[in-house]
Amino acid sequence: MAVIINRETRVVVQGITGSQGRFHTGQMLAFGTQIVGGTNFDKAGQTVHDVPVYATVHEAVEKGGANASVMFVPAPFVKDAAFEAIHAGIKVLVLVPEHVPTQETMEIMAYAQKHGVRVIGPNTFGIISPREKCKMGIMPNHIYKPGPVGIVARSGTLSYEIAFTLSNNNLGQSTVIGMGGDRVIGTNFIDALELFEADPETEAIVMVGEIGGIQEEMAAEYIREHVTKPVVAYLAGKSAPPGKRMGHAGAIIEGNRGTYQSKVEALTEAGVKVASLPWEVADLVRQALR
Amino acid sequence: MKLYEYLAKQILAEHGVPTGGGILCETPEQVEEAARKIGPCAVKAQVLVGGRGKAGGIKLANTPEEARARAQEILGMNLKGYTVEKVLVDPQLSIEKEYYVSITLDGLAKKPLIMASASGGMEIESVPHDQIVFQHVELDTGLQPFLAREVARRIGLTGDLAKQFAQILTGMYQAFRRYDAELVEINPLALVDGGTRLVAADGRFNVEDDALFRHPEFPRVEEGTELEKKVKAIGLAFVQLDGDIAVMANGAGMAMGTLDTLAYYGGRPANFLDAGGGSGVEPTARAFDALLGTNPKGIFVNIFGGITRCDLVAEAIIQVKKAKGINVPLVVRMVGTNDLRGREMLAEAGIQAFTDMGEAAQAIVRAAYGKEA
Repeated sequence: MAVIINRETRVVVQGITGSQGRFHTGQMLAFGTQIVGGTNFDKAGQTVHDVPVYATVHEAVEKGGANASVMFVPAPFVKDAAFEAIHAGIKVLVLVPEHVPTQETMEIMAYAQKHGVRVIGPNTFGIISPREKCKMGIMPNHIYKPGPVGIVARSGTLSYEIAFTLSNNNLGQSTVIGMGGDRVIGTNFIDALELFEADPETEAIVMVGEIGGIQEEMAAEYIREHVTKPVVAYLAGKSAPPGKRMGHAGAIIEGNRGTYQSKVEALTEAGVKVASLPWEVADLVRQALR
Repeated sequence: MKLYEYLAKQILAEHGVPTGGGILCETPEQVEEAARKIGPCAVKAQVLVGGRGKAGGIKLANTPEEARARAQEILGMNLKGYTVEKVLVDPQLSIEKEYYVSITLDGLAKKPLIMASASGGMEIESVPHDQIVFQHVELDTGLQPFLAREVARRIGLTGDLAKQFAQILTGMYQAFRRYDAELVEINPLALVDGGTRLVAADGRFNVEDDALFRHPEFPRVEEGTELEKKVKAIGLAFVQLDGDIAVMANGAGMAMGTLDTLAYYGGRPANFLDAGGGSGVEPTARAFDALLGTNPKGIFVNIFGGITRCDLVAEAIIQVKKAKGINVPLVVRMVGTNDLRGREMLAEAGIQAFTDMGEAAQAIVRAAYGKEA
């Protein structure tokens, strides 16, 4: 079992012919992902790593049976590409690109919601389920192994660091979800917590959060009411000054909102164990699973 | 990107919002001329810092000569680090009451959010929540006139004033959508002319950076220190901090986690730098070179090689070392893709390389501060 994606997921890569699309298609195939096609309107008929390139997502659905899309088109074209995927009946949409204008992201979310589409991102490393040998995104293949820990993260490399430490401590992962670093995202902590709580393979949940916004605080409230599995968190940005955007569009302390302290307090009160340093997460997970 | 007040008002005026008809000037002579047309006026410095009134950036004048004198004081003055190059000459308003109205992006609801209040004139953060009307807008329906009238009613406006307000709000929303704004704010929205007319006495308009490619019409305003501008020009996210150990990491979350880890062991980070995932040798070398130029007490590099290849990061560092020399303590921590090769290369070049993040952080703190840590 895994959440959102599994070995039956049939993936189309939008923007497969670009350098990023091409490289990561190779990596996803190497991990075992079923990639049934890619799209580029002007390069239909070509292949990339033996994967057929279709003109449109509709064609990839008709001829390849695609039901999920991972996107590598440049930010200014993401809205059109996302609408295309939703219109074609895609049910899982992973938006990797950074710098998508927020108002366009909002339009994508409204359209996706109307059609019951699960969106991950934008500005995400994607989603990976090691036991199902399925990944949609840009994370390195070698750091994950199958196991009982569900991870949901706002940032890429920091979650790689934590997943790698877990793997090295023989704590594999059920599914790892990259929420994305933008202000408007399709799948947030609460969505992931709900999925992991219901997933039989997942026995413990790791949240990798950061300063900015109130997502962690809202997640804490949700955990208190609805989550019975142990939750461990690491939060980045303790030493970040207010008013400065720390790389991610969403990582900024505005007024009294989004501070490290408020997040730690909310999560701790909800029974979440909060690690002070990234590598302490593995110990806390092991203790929680004992 | 924030727009200057004059530009914000220009956009609002184009969308049917009364803004008082101010005139933009660059010389005291122009200001005198403008004041002759306008009458008693306010001379307002066009800078992108808050609290410019208190800092002496807004002055009243009753005659053209007075306006010219005030302009001489304001033009060229240094306001919180910014030199005033332009002033807006606005008519003096006899204000009966101040309202507040804005449209922002609500990330949680994933919709635009209108905030309006009959308690205007102060920062909205200091207005009690029960005195603010919050109203989301559905993107596919847009802001229909009825909803604008409803907001007007809820802040206590009736009759013609409510209709004026609804028209102002509708114009704001159109501008918000057209120019990819993240904030459109009128504060105060002033009730003038004996309580018969609403006018935007001040205006803020922030265009989202990620949408600027669609809006070449706006003059680019760069904020930040010289160093921040220099590193951002390479295309990397950078924030200057007040410590003395320079930091480079790959990924925003990882960079924040690195600062926190350094601080945990008593280090004082000098900056946040996300060297990006999968950056090549050249940008990495340029970023590293920029850090070196800040004369830090030490440099800490923390790389998790996923898409980023550790050997390429090592190559970039060694390239800078050969070209310029590195005269401050340098500690590199790298794990992941090609890390063995990367650490070998660094060791050969005489640079300390670790696999453990905690050990590495402690090593740079010791090396940078001597025995005190």
